[in-house]
Amino acid sequence: MTASTPGPVPTLSLLGTTALLFEAPGAMELHSQQRIWALAQEAAGWPEVREAVPGMNNLMLSFVRPPRTLDALKARLEAAWEAVTPLTREGRVVELPVIYGGAGGPHMADVVAHTGLSVENIVELHSAPLYPVYALGSHPGYCYLGGMDPRIATPRRKVPVLSIPGGAVSIGGAQTGVSASAGPSGWNTIGTTTMAFFDPARNPPATLQPGDRIRFLVEGIEA
Amino acid sequence: MIEILSNVALATVQDLGRLGSLRFGVGTAGAMDDLALAAGNLLLGNEAGAAGIEIPVFPFKLRFTADCAFALTGADCGARLDATPLLPWWSHQARAGQVLTLGLPQGAQRASRALLCLPGGVDVPEVLGSRSTQLRGAFGGHEGRALRKGDVLRAAEAQRACRTGFGLVPPAFALPQEIGGLVALRVLPGAEYLGFEAASRDAFWAGEWRITAQSDRYGYRLAGEALQPVAPMELRSHGIVPGVIQVPHSGQPIIQMRDAQPSGGYPKFGTVIEADLWRLGQAPIGSRIRFIETHWDEAVAALEQKEAWLAKVARMVALRRSAPMGAAA
Repeated sequence: MTASTPGPVPTLSLLGTTALLFEAPGAMELHSQQRIWALAQEAAGWPEVREAVPGMNNLMLSFVRPPRTLDALKARLEAAWEAVTPLTREGRVVELPVIYGGAGGPHMADVVAHTGLSVENIVELHSAPLYPVYALGSHPGYCYLGGMDPRIATPRRKVPVLSIPGGAVSIGGAQTGVSASAGPSGWNTIGTTTMAFFDPARNPPATLQPGDRIRFLVEGIEA
Repeated sequence: MIEILSNVALATVQDLGRLGSLRFGVGTAGAMDDLALAAGNLLLGNEAGAAGIEIPVFPFKLRFTADCAFALTGADCGARLDATPLLPWWSHQARAGQVLTLGLPQGAQRASRALLCLPGGVDVPEVLGSRSTQLRGAFGGHEGRALRKGDVLRAAEAQRACRTGFGLVPPAFALPQEIGGLVALRVLPGAEYLGFEAASRDAFWAGEWRITAQSDRYGYRLAGEALQPVAPMELRSHGIVPGVIQVPHSGQPIIQMRDAQPSGGYPKFGTVIEADLWRLGQAPIGSRIRFIETHWDEAVAALEQKEAWLAKVARMVALRRSAPMGAAA
């Protein structure tokens, strides 16, 4: 795997005429994500921005309608990034019991093969951290988590799986997360848990917010 | 009111999409052919973004349980109201008890999805700012799911008298875009475009791409000459939008469609521009498509051309609707 290490300056790229993607420079870490949260809060109020959507050390701005030229928006974004004060959030801690491996973790063998570690080692490394929620994405209520041990990083699958169930605990590249409902995924599923992450009738509809933290409790390991 | 008589899955209630909840992980959903939905709504005097029914599998049957105007746009499916053939891209009047049947898509410009619009739109609750069906998470639309036999849906303005009996030249004819008889789509190169071999980049623009059977409202998986990265790329998860062309390790691209998730991590070769997504939404499984490289100014202008076409439709409909009764065709 070639880890993408963004260059020394932020990069900006287009997602058609629908959105602009800002990627922070440097290593993926919480301090940088706190700047992303702050940048999102600020950019959400700009007139051409429909929504500011934090990712993993990056920020997507969707347009109300695409500006005729992008120079002014790009300059404003870069200046705001330099000036921004990191937004620290100490959210609540949520503990999730996980059954690792077995039928609920069909790709554990791929993580073993890629990392060269035993199942027990992988479980130990995966369940050790208190993972901060960096951002929501993928599907309703899904949380992207920071802080996974790089020793269990495993590339996304060559061909995405057409459907994995809700509650699937998985690894994609250097990241980990829990699926909130059944659907397609390119990640490696190593375990399963239960949790209601989303209710469209609530405001906000997602259970967890950026800044909340998740701990995985080992409920069992299956062969 | 209408009652669904067919047992086919995948027909869904859609509007122009749920645009403001990406940060909660909620994709946009919305009509695969937004232009057909907007035009169908305008034909009935609705807001362009009212909810309609997207029908991708045929034959499809429904019964009108009360008198009701309707408009059919999108794929020409040889529609019949009882035994009477109906023109596509046209507004019609049904009487209580009549059965609407949509057959296989036909015609020179074979499309793949029909849109049915009703006066005031399909009456389903708005969820997070939209009436589109969000299949993943099961909310929005009709009970958060595809329609099935026995479902009964209401038009929001069922009693409103609509002038019907007129129609449109479909946008596939009014705004054609083809290369060698194949539907062509304009693409803005993406962040990782230069991370692919020059030969792969050339092949992408020069080649034909087949839409494989593993294609649906989530995404179109394409088959063609595999796109080779200069070096493997493993990205941080980031926001994506419908139209983004991702290239997983297999080298066979996947175009994100309306039910796409709002974030991803595969390298982005480019994005089919918003203005051309309706063309792709109508491209049938098994058909081949081509790509045209574009730039920002042209992509923005293309959106304006699409809006201009809809504005023309709105003016034409206003003239028809204000003409004295009996003067309409």
